[in-house]
Amino acid sequence: MKDMLVQVEPLIPALRRYARALMRDRAAADDLVQDCLERAVSRWHQRRDGSVRAWLFTILHNLAVTQFRQATARGRHMPIDDAGEQELVSAAAQEQRLIYQDVLGKLAKLPEEQRAVLLLVAVEDLSYADAAKVLNVPIGTVMSRLSRARERLQQEMEGAAPGNVVVLRSLK
Amino acid sequence: MNQRPITEDDLHAYVDQALEPERRAEVTSYLDDHPDVAGRVAAYVTQREQLRGALGSIADEPLPAELNLSRIIESRKRRPLQAWGAIAAMLLLGIGALGGWTMRSVLQEGSNGLSALAQEAAYSYNVYAPDRVRPVEIKASNSSELTQWVSNRLKQPVKVPDLSVSGYRLMGGRLVATSHGPAAMFMYDDDRGDRLVVLTRPMSNRNLDTPMMPQSTGGVAGFVWADEGMGYTLVGQLPGDALKPIANEIRKQARPI
Repeated sequence: MKDMLVQVEPLIPALRRYARALMRDRAAADDLVQDCLERAVSRWHQRRDGSVRAWLFTILHNLAVTQFRQATARGRHMPIDDAGEQELVSAAAQEQRLIYQDVLGKLAKLPEEQRAVLLLVAVEDLSYADAAKVLNVPIGTVMSRLSRARERLQQEMEGAAPGNVVVLRSLK
Repeated sequence: MNQRPITEDDLHAYVDQALEPERRAEVTSYLDDHPDVAGRVAAYVTQREQLRGALGSIADEPLPAELNLSRIIESRKRRPLQAWGAIAAMLLLGIGALGGWTMRSVLQEGSNGLSALAQEAAYSYNVYAPDRVRPVEIKASNSSELTQWVSNRLKQPVKVPDLSVSGYRLMGGRLVATSHGPAAMFMYDDDRGDRLVVLTRPMSNRNLDTPMMPQSTGGVAGFVWADEGMGYTLVGQLPGDALKPIANEIRKQARPI
């Protein structure tokens, strides 16, 4: 149990971040992470070799997807455009806040599967192979979803502010 | 220069800083020559930075008490006794309730004994599948020993089904006691740790052949059938449509030698 503590504990903040970005609700996200940790504890001996990080994100992602499906089945929709961002960026500087709120609002408009891949790869730093494991799809599908997610997010951003300086920013 | 063409995947890996330094240099020089693509890539880099910035503070928040891992581990340690109590109660209740259920289905199915086999598989699943210490007695690494042992005890050549095409690995097996004599139990798991149990034993009618039938008892579901007097059952906690192809695979492989 000690190796579990050492390997799992440092990953909890990242699991929380992923859960909150997906669920957009602090309490629901933390419930999901708690559920994930309980499963991880009870299945620790059953896990296979490979990244503990990918294993934990797989458990968490599956729990989130189950919740989304249940919510859809009950005819309830996950909040899309309402609050949440406020909470998400409370620590950010005032001028950054608007930019951050904006990007999260636009992220929320992406289909769930595109949002998940973008978060896993671009925010949580999972390798493409690990993201494929978490989402239970081939790597090729990860790449095509990632590509569509970025393109679509970009369209949203340009749509809101045509000729945005972002596009013109030069590379380092 | 003999350079591999730059792909979309390269561009994303560039954004995600996942390229080897050499390839990264190649993409950089490509972008220098293609300002339109460079603009798009720069926009993706900005997206990435903004997302990380917007979400980064969440990971810095102090963890609430219910996400304290030591506490979760502690509360888990105190639970096994309660869980065993619950399982024992379920089994006791089950014996009474299922006695009636079994009688009814035996009559419905023409007394071929398959529901008893299904019941035995459910018991084995409920007892052994949650076991984290010793779910099987002989591990997959000694599968020839396992095969020989159960074949001797069942007085039947028994083949261990290979479910790797379905994504399940053999963990091992053991002999289990049933009211109809010994049965061979094999356990499998997949990458997620989901476990399946296959139970097989000779039926009292040594010529019994039946179609495959769905069954669901004791909180687990699966399929049960008989081929030339040997009964087989597959149980697990997957939906029936996920178990069906696996059961078909087992039936195909386990036809008597």
